[in-house]
Amino acid sequence: MKYTGKAHKVGDHIDTDAIIPARFLVTSDPVELGKKCFEGLEQGWASRINNGDILVGGKNFGCGSSREHAPIAIIGSGMPAVIAHSFARIFYRNGFNMGLVLLEIGDDTGKISDGDQLEVDASTGEIKNLTTGDIIKSLPVPEFMADILSKGGLVNYVRGKVA
Amino acid sequence: MAKTLAQKILQRHSLDEVGTAGQIVCCKTSMVLANDITAPLAIDSFRKMGAGKVFDRQKVALVCDHFTPNKDIDSAEQVKKVREFAREMGIVHYYEGGNVGVEHALLPELGMVGPGDIVVGADSHTCTYGGLGAFATGMGSTDIAAAMALGETWFKVPETIKVNIIGNLDKYTTPKDLILYLIGIIGVDGALYRALEFTGSIVDEMEIEGRMTMANMAIEAGGKAGLFPADDKTVAYCLEKGFENPEKIFSDDGALYCREVKIDVTGMSPQVACPHLPDNVKAVDELERVKVDQVVLGSCTNGRITDLRQAAEILKGRKVNRDVRFIVLPATPKIFEQALEEGLINIFIKAGAIVGPPTCGPCLGGHMGILASGERCLATTNRNFKGRMGSLDSEVYLGSPMVAAATAIAGEIIHPGKV
Ligand code: SF4
Repeated sequence: MKYTGKAHKVGDHIDTDAIIPARFLVTSDPVELGKKCFEGLEQGWASRINNGDILVGGKNFGCGSSREHAPIAIIGSGMPAVIAHSFARIFYRNGFNMGLVLLEIGDDTGKISDGDQLEVDASTGEIKNLTTGDIIKSLPVPEFMADILSKGGLVNYVRGKVA
Repeated sequence: MAKTLAQKILQRHSLDEVGTAGQIVCCKTSMVLANDITAPLAIDSFRKMGAGKVFDRQKVALVCDHFTPNKDIDSAEQVKKVREFAREMGIVHYYEGGNVGVEHALLPELGMVGPGDIVVGADSHTCTYGGLGAFATGMGSTDIAAAMALGETWFKVPETIKVNIIGNLDKYTTPKDLILYLIGIIGVDGALYRALEFTGSIVDEMEIEGRMTMANMAIEAGGKAGLFPADDKTVAYCLEKGFENPEKIFSDDGALYCREVKIDVTGMSPQVACPHLPDNVKAVDELERVKVDQVVLGSCTNGRITDLRQAAEILKGRKVNRDVRFIVLPATPKIFEQALEEGLINIFIKAGAIVGPPTCGPCLGGHMGILASGERCLATTNRNFKGRMGSLDSEVYLGSPMVAAATAIAGEIIHPGKV
């Protein structure tokens, strides 16, 4: 699966309250949550997003609460993938379970600037910076998670077991 | 192989041979938890998974504590959904009304978790039960739905950081100050993907409530779990709460740690985390005249009886500053009742505090104490992210119950010895 879109860069330690503040957690509807995505960073942040754009975070992206609303809000806002220096543990697991593409690239985040045009290949983990010509390889997805992904995500994986 | 506490507990619940860090293991869960924000999503996933019943009616806890008493129509609808699911599944541990407390204060109090357990919760502060020697960690709603259906989940065996705490504790320095100090040293991602294991003479002397306060904030360093050994104190506490057959558990001699942090607490002042991250920690004396509009005493970190006692001790016979709203939320109905019996509630009300029901409330910016732009709060809670308690232009400082009481009196953040 390939995605092409504009990079939106955010800083280090972006927490789940920044991604979706608690006052909006009275729904689990992706469209509603998507409208408020990053409302805890800046009011109206989500209005800059075009469908298919890609979020680029710093260190420890998604730290804080376990709210699955965070990856859902990102997906709902129209962004299919997040590239980051590193991810907070719970967010990483949640992102996978929700079908959000997560790519960890360490210091290579420096090779992406806000507004760059990116092409992300979710199956190989390769990121092409179409603006600069850089090619970035992300760290491989842990085997067990890749296995869950290949079974169609956690919901399908469990479905196979309870049936 | 000599094992850390994390490895040892995982092994108890797994058919796999638990080896070195990084290995993926499948474990049986002792208790599975969700709240009014995360349960609705978990219920959706549970249905999509095609699950017809929960793995064990006794071992799923649904605690509606965040927006309750329901703050608006949307949150009432969410709770209704959880309630109907609980009825349909025959879930024994459903809490919503006069029996509800902040989940991580409630479960230990009801004897639902104990040493050696594996607890997973759709709430990041599930790590609190590490204070009882349980391997407890937060996950998202869909992972929790899987655990509710199967009674098992997968873990990556974590590396462990050993935290050795020794020295002599000052009378104004509490477990909250110790955990803030640690997070200040290792940073908000200092324990990312790792477990923290606490040892040392200070830990041995520490009461269970204090251990839970510390374990609670393991996640604020990115930690997967914050583990305390289960000793005689743990066993006595769990027996008193009605937990069946609590056992002592310690890590093995010679277990492998990825890092050791030694903290000598001698001469340590109370600590405060400044906006907007929990690792922006300073000794309270280093702060210069930080005026506050609000003080919050409560939450799963510091809403227990010891916390209320410590605050009341300082507040006794004094008045809350007229420019400050001091909000006190006992974390559970039992704690509330005990505080009433001990006269603590009286002290709070006489001093001019607002005493509210057990709820998460302002901790997550839910309700009952939201901040306007430019306002500042000192809270005994665990997170001070930007906008956590209200406006994006408000500020939250984190401190101990004693610092909270002193600050409520002075109107500015102050050492409890100075009021
Ligand atoms: S008191 Fe605060 S941190 Fe604890 S469970 Fe409630 S919202 Fe979360």
